[in-house]
Amino acid sequence: MNYHRPTSFEQASAIAAAAAGVTRFLAGGTDVLVQLRAGTVTPDDLIDLKHIPGVKEIAPTAEGGWRIGVAVSGADLGRHAGLCADWPGVVEGMRLVGSIQVQGRATLAGNLCNGSAAADSVPGLVAAAARVSVVGPQGRRELAVEDIPAGPGRTVLAPGELIAAIILPARGARGGDAYLRFIPRTEMDIAVVGAAVNLRLDGDRVAEARVALGAVAPRILLVPEAADAILGTPLDASALSALAAAATAAARPITDRRGTAEFRREVVGVLVCRAARIAYQRAGGAAT
Amino acid sequence: MTKTHVTATVNGDPVEFLADPRETLLDCLRDHLGLTGSKEGCGTGDCGACSVLLDDVLVCSCLVLGVEAQGARVETVEGMAQGGTLHPLQRKFIEHAALQCGFCTPGILVAAKALLDRNPDPTESEVRFGLAGNLCRCTGYDKIVRAVLDAAAEMRGAQ
Amino acid sequence: MAKDETATFRLIGTRPDRPDGLDKVTGRARYGADVQAPGMLHGAVVRSPHAHARILRIDASKALALDGVKAVVTRADLPSGLTGEDWNLQENTLAGEVALYDGHAVAAVAATSKLRAQDAARLVEVEYEILPHVTDVDEAIRPDAPAIRPGAADHSVPTGSPPNLVRQIDFGHGDLEAGFAAADLVREQTYRTEATHQGYIEPQACLGQLGADGKGEMWVCTQGQWYIRRMCAAVLGIEAAQLRVTPSEIGGGFGGKTTIFMEPLALALSRKAGGRPVKLVMSRAEVMRATGPTGSASMDVKLGMTAEGMITAAKVTFRMQGGPFVGASPVGEALSCALACYTVPAVHHLGLEVLANRPKAAAYRAPGAPMAAFAVESLLDEMCRELQLDPIEVRLKNAAHEGTKASYGPTYKRIGLVETLQATKTHPNLSLPLGPNQGRGVAAGFWFNHGGETSVSLAIGEDGTVQVSIGTPDIGGSRASLALMVAETLGIPYENVRVNVVETGALGVNEPTHGSRATFASGKAAVESARQAIAQMCRRAAAAWGIDPDAVEWRDGAAVPSGDNAGKFPPMTIAEIGAAMGSTGGPISGHHETTAGGVGASFGVHVVDVEVDPETGRTTVLRYLVVQDAGRAIHPAYVEGQYQGGAAQGIGWALNEEYVYGADGRLQNPLFLDYRMPVASDLPMIDTVIVEVPNPGHPYGVRGVGETGITPPLPALANAIAAATGLRLRSLPMSPPKVLAALRARANG
Repeated sequence: MNYHRPTSFEQASAIAAAAAGVTRFLAGGTDVLVQLRAGTVTPDDLIDLKHIPGVKEIAPTAEGGWRIGVAVSGADLGRHAGLCADWPGVVEGMRLVGSIQVQGRATLAGNLCNGSAAADSVPGLVAAAARVSVVGPQGRRELAVEDIPAGPGRTVLAPGELIAAIILPARGARGGDAYLRFIPRTEMDIAVVGAAVNLRLDGDRVAEARVALGAVAPRILLVPEAADAILGTPLDASALSALAAAATAAARPITDRRGTAEFRREVVGVLVCRAARIAYQRAGGAAT
Repeated sequence: MTKTHVTATVNGDPVEFLADPRETLLDCLRDHLGLTGSKEGCGTGDCGACSVLLDDVLVCSCLVLGVEAQGARVETVEGMAQGGTLHPLQRKFIEHAALQCGFCTPGILVAAKALLDRNPDPTESEVRFGLAGNLCRCTGYDKIVRAVLDAAAEMRGAQ
Repeated sequence: MAKDETATFRLIGTRPDRPDGLDKVTGRARYGADVQAPGMLHGAVVRSPHAHARILRIDASKALALDGVKAVVTRADLPSGLTGEDWNLQENTLAGEVALYDGHAVAAVAATSKLRAQDAARLVEVEYEILPHVTDVDEAIRPDAPAIRPGAADHSVPTGSPPNLVRQIDFGHGDLEAGFAAADLVREQTYRTEATHQGYIEPQACLGQLGADGKGEMWVCTQGQWYIRRMCAAVLGIEAAQLRVTPSEIGGGFGGKTTIFMEPLALALSRKAGGRPVKLVMSRAEVMRATGPTGSASMDVKLGMTAEGMITAAKVTFRMQGGPFVGASPVGEALSCALACYTVPAVHHLGLEVLANRPKAAAYRAPGAPMAAFAVESLLDEMCRELQLDPIEVRLKNAAHEGTKASYGPTYKRIGLVETLQATKTHPNLSLPLGPNQGRGVAAGFWFNHGGETSVSLAIGEDGTVQVSIGTPDIGGSRASLALMVAETLGIPYENVRVNVVETGALGVNEPTHGSRATFASGKAAVESARQAIAQMCRRAAAAWGIDPDAVEWRDGAAVPSGDNAGKFPPMTIAEIGAAMGSTGGPISGHHETTAGGVGASFGVHVVDVEVDPETGRTTVLRYLVVQDAGRAIHPAYVEGQYQGGAAQGIGWALNEEYVYGADGRLQNPLFLDYRMPVASDLPMIDTVIVEVPNPGHPYGVRGVGETGITPPLPALANAIAAATGLRLRSLPMSPPKVLAALRARANG
């Protein structure tokens, strides 16, 4: 295995594009090293991105949002007051990944590129309409977060392409987001079900909403029907029950070692309502 | 297989070693530097027995490559005591019988130190969540949590 | 009330720092994987990815062609002709003709580095013919199940039985029919438990060296160095005394390190690599797939009870698998523990051991008892609810006591179940109010405890300090307890005693630290050794004073003239006697070896309060109480530690831990990520009450406390969930999907 330490994204891209065998980019390494140890993925070329200037920075964008460098760890996210104030749901999703030790290393980009449908940080990003800045041999492009995973362990990124940053839009007034997951223990598990809700209020009514669900389908789902269920409502009981029904209807879960399909279908409805209530309160709505 | 020359600072001392790029920082600490206090319980970041501080950040050294430690500062359990004086956490762990087999103890001590550095006055719940990445199978955590709370109280009193 | 106040001690019952504490908080303590040897090689093991497969061909040529690879070992390198458990051990070390479970070792390699050994292991080509498999206990016992090892059944199994039924146990006493006829309520239910793993944090690790002359050494993480010696010798066909085994510090065992798994491979590789030492360390996945979890169980229980709560009769039928080897499941212990808490006029036990394509089960803390308790204590709780009787009062009414004929045969000597139940009843936790969706569960538990082969030596130093050599590895603070007992006996400071866990060359055979025996049996032998040394020191003093040895007493660490001679000579201290011993007759020591008798059983009662989320089925443990009879707590902090640790493991077993096998027979959750052991934030403080009903069979009243504590949590949690939800879960783990499914099933009528 060759270990590379490029100092620019262009250099990183060039190394990857020229590599013949299995290539992995290394940011936090909390998935790459596990796969390496298990022997499931032994890269021929491992490209460490942490020495590229700016990769550990969280910077405001011209549009009023945030640009999160590819190597920003979960712990860094949690310490950033501005980001936590704007996008608490995104931050709490990332903060649920692993332990404090893992938080010291793990990154949003890594969680996204691992391609897991149970990735805790991704539903929040999807609900937030986050975008991804990609560098490749053909230059830079931007994609929506939900378009990156191509299935378990796979992404749509072309050979030589890599993520440079994750971009969150401006929070704007009267907005709130939240992410909840279900795990059997209190920590250290992979999500059995995850639900993120991002919404904006007009008065006490939901004016905009995005709902994303994790671990209930082969990919993380953006569920417009679930968002529609609460649009125009004050998130009252009937809106919540419609939300739960829409989430359950959208779920296409399987039974595996972490939980049953029936459980996931039901609990996704429970969690999406709990998350919606938190997001609603964070947006300034009265508690329901 | 080409090895990489790595220089770093471990527990305040300059060190150098040759790392295969596939070796973890834990492998390098244990096999190349003889610092076997950090333990491997899982190799997947799920047990915390290999916890160290890497440039002041608490990490599982099994989830860091040795080559990534180039130029870094690493602190392990071997560096907790200052000279012959135990860190209050080390002393309280002995006093409270907060260890049985002792295998998870180095990682828990390092993680607890990082916790108290962040939060000198944690609640019981904060200690429990702060140590959730460190599995202990012997104690049921009761005496560990008490030892950490007691050490925190003593350290606050000493300031 | 709980502490025994009938005897006063200077040291026993105090809580000094443990002697190995400093090494363990500084990272200096050396565990299995912490040592290196000159010329050391590293080993790696090739394992079957199939649950059941015939091994057609093993081709190691590519592995051997890799630079730095020094040896490859297959079954052909081990002697043939072994029988019984020796064959089982050998077959489990390396598969012969057939791989019997996912993870079964088929070959091993040694190379100059860990990575190279792993690379080489991946290059070993094994051709398999996949055979039909079965992993579930109830499926394995069916007549049409794939036969795992035809002909393996022992004489207890009638011909014509299902192919995987290999052992049958049948015992009891009393008139069962009359007993059930005398009952006002008879209930019968079926319960299931899934296999769990001890979950010790230190994976198996050893460093072995074996020469062509048959002499070898091993450094190994184990609960029992003599077991390692005997088993490795048997598997490799070498002489036991030629193998010197040194136990490392041990990072947890809970029964799982009382036997061998990959240890003989290190020796076999070493022998083949010209005697170079070979280090072998398991990964976590290897630990989960290929060491010894406990078995899984399917259990029928039938109980009869009068309206007042007296048990009139009991019938239990337990089906258990412990992997593909006869005798590996703990079905016998499970049966014996099932009703051991109670006076039962008529009882019948039937045990059925079944083979399955799973790893060979090893002991796990009170092996068999937690499963049995889950079944019996759950049904008892169900019947108490039905009859509207208090669960503690019912247990008190039926509690076994001195003179009770135990359900498993013998008559109890002094035991402390009644005292334990009474201490539980008056504990403040019992009167705390509960909120909505909350419930309280109570259960009792039992473990026999164990004596076993024990050999201890003690020697007085020239300065009057004392070394004690024991053969039972210290897992949870037993060196502190032993030092306390020896110091108490000798009348010297605790700090003046050093207890060493020694290698096989230094003592006669010791059984492992298992069966909750270390503080009991090594303690008993250490106290006897100290008494011998005292007698010798009194003789030395008598000779110096020119008086009869019978006229010398030992008091406060010194020989003192007594009787007519009292006061005639100043006390001669242990330090003075030690300093002079070279010229007064030579070294002074004590030595005791025995198969320790006088074992006293330990009973415990647990009370747990839970809250169940009705929308997700998640159970939160709000508070937890352990009350258990220790006989006497030598070092109470480590007794509490045993209680708390047992409770935590039991909580994990009850709620989330389980072996999950896929349809392909492969273990689905071989990492801590998905084998969900409790983390710190999952648990509350675990309250403890140490009851002391001294065991008359031990000089200080010790019973042994390690194992009973894992027995009550399984039913206590089930009973608490039943109290919180009104739902009875009869299958472990009571994970959120199961609880939620039960809630929904009820809601849907």
